[in-house]
Amino acid sequence: MPTVMFRKFEKVCAILKKYNNDPGRLITILQEVQEEYRYLPEEVMAFVATSLGLSPAKVFGVASFYAHFALVPKGKYVIRLCDGTACHVKGSDGILQALYRKLGLDEKVPTTPDMLFTVETVACLGACGLAPVMVINEQVYGQMSPEKAVELVEDIRVREGSGNV
Amino acid sequence: MDKVKYVNIDGRDIPVEGEKNLLEVIRKAGIEIPTFCYVSELSTYGACRMCMVEVEGRGLQTSCSTLPEAGLKVKTNTAAVRQIRRVALELILANHERDCTSCVKSTKCKLQDLSRKLGVEQVRFRAVQKPRVVDEANPALVRNPNKCILCGDCVRMCGEVQGVGAIDFAYRGHEVVVQPAFGKNLYQVQCVYCGQCARVCPTGALTPKSETAAVWRALQDPARTVVVQIAPAVRVALGEAFGYQPGEVTTGKIVTALRMMGFSKVFDTCFAADLTVMEEGNEFIRRFKENRALPLFTSCCPAWVKYVEQFCPEMIGNLSTCKSPQQMFGAVAKGLFSREMGIRKEDMVVVSIMPCTAKKFEARRPEFRIDGAAEVDHVITTQELAQMINEHGIQFRDLQPGSLDLPLGFKTGAGVIFGASGGVMEAALRYVYEKVEGRTLESADIREVRGEAGIREAEIILGGQTFRFAVVHSLANARQVIAGIKSGERQYHFVEFMACPAGCINGAGQPVSLDQDYARSRTSGLYGADQMLQLRKVQDNPYLKELYAERLGEVGGERAHHLLHTGYTARRRMKGKSMVIVDGQAAGKLEIRVCVGTSCYLKGSQDILHHLAQYVLVKGLSDQVQVKATFCFEKCDKGPTIKVGDKVIGHCDVNKALAAVEQAVANGAGVTGRP
Repeated sequence: MPTVMFRKFEKVCAILKKYNNDPGRLITILQEVQEEYRYLPEEVMAFVATSLGLSPAKVFGVASFYAHFALVPKGKYVIRLCDGTACHVKGSDGILQALYRKLGLDEKVPTTPDMLFTVETVACLGACGLAPVMVINEQVYGQMSPEKAVELVEDIRVREGSGNV
Repeated sequence: MDKVKYVNIDGRDIPVEGEKNLLEVIRKAGIEIPTFCYVSELSTYGACRMCMVEVEGRGLQTSCSTLPEAGLKVKTNTAAVRQIRRVALELILANHERDCTSCVKSTKCKLQDLSRKLGVEQVRFRAVQKPRVVDEANPALVRNPNKCILCGDCVRMCGEVQGVGAIDFAYRGHEVVVQPAFGKNLYQVQCVYCGQCARVCPTGALTPKSETAAVWRALQDPARTVVVQIAPAVRVALGEAFGYQPGEVTTGKIVTALRMMGFSKVFDTCFAADLTVMEEGNEFIRRFKENRALPLFTSCCPAWVKYVEQFCPEMIGNLSTCKSPQQMFGAVAKGLFSREMGIRKEDMVVVSIMPCTAKKFEARRPEFRIDGAAEVDHVITTQELAQMINEHGIQFRDLQPGSLDLPLGFKTGAGVIFGASGGVMEAALRYVYEKVEGRTLESADIREVRGEAGIREAEIILGGQTFRFAVVHSLANARQVIAGIKSGERQYHFVEFMACPAGCINGAGQPVSLDQDYARSRTSGLYGADQMLQLRKVQDNPYLKELYAERLGEVGGERAHHLLHTGYTARRRMKGKSMVIVDGQAAGKLEIRVCVGTSCYLKGSQDILHHLAQYVLVKGLSDQVQVKATFCFEKCDKGPTIKVGDKVIGHCDVNKALAAVEQAVANGAGVTGRP
């Protein structure tokens, strides 16, 4: 555990150094920092602000503007369900409700208490031909159904439960 | 010579004479274009869409962000213009908390004013914003996001003019809100309470925090004797609330009004300003002779002082140790004068009337207490005084002028000009010059100091030496000057700093005006009042001489020092969490904290942190030790600072840090609770 925190902090320092502490690269820096922590913790944003010579209010303004940045911790597996026109017509809402039911989540509580899953909707993933589409972290799954989605979640649960954490 | 350019506005050709946008040209032509987000002191933002006009060939344009190109044909009042302005205003009003009758900004609110002027009689849209929490945890300002129209004037004022950046836009779409970082309140962040945000806020979203209720209570408490001091800048602005021109001096009427309200003694902060010059002048001469802790920075502006404490703590030693006039007054009134009045100092209540919101914060600083009680009990702004006069029903215009009480109401012109940018420096020079040169100044006017520029510098010969000084207003300029001083590019002996643009006369507690001519008129009002006085140099103030002779002893002496001087502390900018780097789990774990606040970060604290954490991991101490990157121990002058257990180590480097940890571990720290 301690080495993980230390490695993350060192990584943040390396990111800042890579971009020469240039405040013009704030978005890129926040993106890479988020990859380390899976969200942007307040104290890390404050550290980034200090290092770039920006006010923390400005950094928070940028971070809170973009949906891409998470201000609260997300699960290890982020499930993004497309709710664009094509996916919506093909029944994406049924998939969403099935996932919510399976994981005990809703719009206000999108992350499971064990920090394994976060469920979000996105406006369009640009893969309308495969509608309805779902993405888990970087992996794309097309022509989903409520049953298939729940199955994917169960698979992950089994995998994670078998000591692969 | 260039041919004159013209813009055609509603059929009239108007010459373009260096205006930065079409809006300014239209206003010059006598057409008042409505705006919320356009403040000439700030950058152009173009968000409120109120300044729309029709430009031939281009359609509807925001005039604030259109260049005044030659030949433009502009119509300012077409059906389309009226329609779009009306709809924009209705949309703004839809989300606005419209409790106008109980809003402190009512009758001075731009939103209310424009709604009337543009004839909005109904709001057809529903609010989409949910109510938000009102931020009033600090002593100076109230931030009510429910009244915010997102014009961003405050954000640009705080960032561009003051260089503080305490607030910014957050979130997006209909969730946008102007707020401090991470949703904290103003008390938890680097806000210096200058209140310039409130000065430019067109609505009641940012307002000075009122203390009038407490003042009424004190006035009507028979056990209390309430004395009051009036700051210099108040006298040239209060009249505006009663129909007088800006800059008109109404001291006499203010005195009468205050007596009617029940104040026992009406004194003048200018007397305390005279006293400040005496002490600060001597402090300067001493440092100048010893060539120590120069340049001397003035310390009368509490927003500037807080700025130094937070943003350039390494310069704290340059700040004058003199208390501000407000606090000197409180110290003298309670510490010396209460006895003379025959009352116990516990029964005396000192009220200040100030042009300033930061003075409310200053009065509550723990440094400014006398036997456990505040030197100054309540601070009300010029605006609040106007409200109290109205509440009492006093017909201000009909009042016979009264005269200030002695001795703390007697001042020289030097104390009066304290309220304008350059005034403190000029007052000090009138004293320092005569003291050092040993001869009388021919004229009390020192014109080198006066002017409007945000950074003014000059030099004079003083005691055979070249003496260089600067006068600075607004904190972004201050930041620039500080950077220059640090790099050696700027060299001065004495610098006056005021946080508000143009000085105290433009403080956030003054009647609201964005018209720069108001600031000019108020400034010349103060210099006019100075001119009218027979005594214009502090050293000529007979009551001040008496105060020193009978009570304080020597100028800058021990008694004076005890009562009139203070100290400052480095101050963290934001209250927040630390970053855990190594998270030991043992019960008696050794806590190691490394400051990564700006000051320490720039001095290399990150490197220390890196080596410390590595050391801990390599030595297998990761369970016994917790390493955190934290923000500010408020010991920035000694940075980089780390804390090992309870031990603070200043001027730290990697070797010192490792040695300290090694020793702590050798002494058994963190071992006790080892599993």
